[in-house]
Amino acid sequence: MFDWVTPELAAIFWAVFKAIVILLGAVVAGAQMIWAERRLLALWQDRYGPNRVGTFGLLQVVADMVKIFFKEDWTPPFVDKFTFILAPALAIGLMMLAFILVPFTPNWVVTSPEDGILFFFAIAGLAVYAVMLGGWSSNSKYALLGGLRSTAQMISYEVFMGLSLMGIVMKAGSFDLHQIVEAQRHGWFIFSQFFGFCVWVLAGIAVIHRTPFDLPEAEAELGAGYHTEYSGMKFGMFLVAEYVGIVLISCLTVVLFFGGWHVPFEDEVPFFTQIPFIWFASKAAVFMAAFILLRASLPRPRYDQMMSAAWKVCLPLALLNLIGTAAYVLWQTPGATG
Amino acid sequence: MNRLLAVLRGLGSQFRSIGMVFMHTFRPRDVILYPEVMPAVPPRYRGRIVLTRDPDGDERCVACNLCAVACPVGCISLQKAERPEDGRWYPEFFRINFSRCIFCGLCEEACPTNAIQLTPDFEMAEYNRQNLVYEKEHLLIAGTGKYHDYNFYRVAGMSIAGKDKGQALNEEPPVDYKSLLP
Repeated sequence: MFDWVTPELAAIFWAVFKAIVILLGAVVAGAQMIWAERRLLALWQDRYGPNRVGTFGLLQVVADMVKIFFKEDWTPPFVDKFTFILAPALAIGLMMLAFILVPFTPNWVVTSPEDGILFFFAIAGLAVYAVMLGGWSSNSKYALLGGLRSTAQMISYEVFMGLSLMGIVMKAGSFDLHQIVEAQRHGWFIFSQFFGFCVWVLAGIAVIHRTPFDLPEAEAELGAGYHTEYSGMKFGMFLVAEYVGIVLISCLTVVLFFGGWHVPFEDEVPFFTQIPFIWFASKAAVFMAAFILLRASLPRPRYDQMMSAAWKVCLPLALLNLIGTAAYVLWQTPGATG
Repeated sequence: MNRLLAVLRGLGSQFRSIGMVFMHTFRPRDVILYPEVMPAVPPRYRGRIVLTRDPDGDERCVACNLCAVACPVGCISLQKAERPEDGRWYPEFFRINFSRCIFCGLCEEACPTNAIQLTPDFEMAEYNRQNLVYEKEHLLIAGTGKYHDYNFYRVAGMSIAGKDKGQALNEEPPVDYKSLLP
């Protein structure tokens, strides 16, 4: 009956299955981030948050989804229809696309291209378009201002987001995320690349325009920024894209700086190494919670403050880190100086 | 150098606020889970309006209409009647439209007999607006409310059956104005 299943075909099916599971996992994690954020914000503001629908309010997202699907999907008459519809799809699609790179465990990864980090930068660069097109096609002042801000913000932060990771690439000797995780078996890059980590986290928050760098939205001054004119599920896609972005940046932080699936001090205490995903997930969860903590505690900087912090602090820091790492790697490589 | 210090100080302040917010993890919550845990409402809370009875069990309301006059939204309406057996005044009907009531408590302040009182009960939600119109049977309670000993007819000079003029508490006997002596 299953004669037609050749080993090659089975491998393809298995790969597709893994990809689908990772896709669904990313979407569900992103959606549950909405619940997690509301509960954690409530905890830090001495409230309870949504705790009625399902156990601990876990089904709140389902209720919200049902509600948002039944809302009127209103497209204002003055917008540019094609780009208006394209923007939210781009926002969530690109965030999902970046998940093909993340090596959750040694075996569970959709693809592991040799230049994985470059691919991520390409996607992050394209993600600007989602916000920019959303702001431009809405054809209203607030949305346009939000779109402009986010374009400038994301472009400038991507510059040193790339630079901050070059130290890692030098130390691991590869752009491949799988190789980078393997290179951290005996020491995470957070210790040797601390300044790179600082710059990466700041840039990561800015690129997924998350509080405190949510100036594209800036609800206090721009209405809702680039998604002012959006409603219904199109708005929902922007919203979920933001949360999927948090999950993505947390996963990448774990992969790049915190040893991916490796157990802390794996050489001394090999603990639970059989289920590497537990370690990956718990590390990523810490970072997701940390992003929410940042939102709970930090005020939003002024736009010029944010841009000067980018170009006057983060860029020099990233460059210094790059030069220092390069010098160190060169010094360590036998025969490189002679 | 000063700029660097300022940057460091700013960074420190940001990390301090992150830490302070994080420490709220271990604080008790300021809110309660309402339907399961009832809030402690103070006894003089201005909630659902009731009509009380005097210690003898008779209605306190004498249908003077002062509450209806004091009501800023005009949600109280009533009609005076007189009890034939003892001459006491009472409201024939007493109606409060709670969908208009703003729970300001002015009716309670205006009431000369302590009959109308606001209670700490606030759970009055209804699906049908008509159900918010309370008639006398819904308003009248069995007890005395906040003032246990007060009985209007026992301290007021008005004569009813069984209590003539001058027989109220602390009341002088009526002056015989036909006599010349003081």
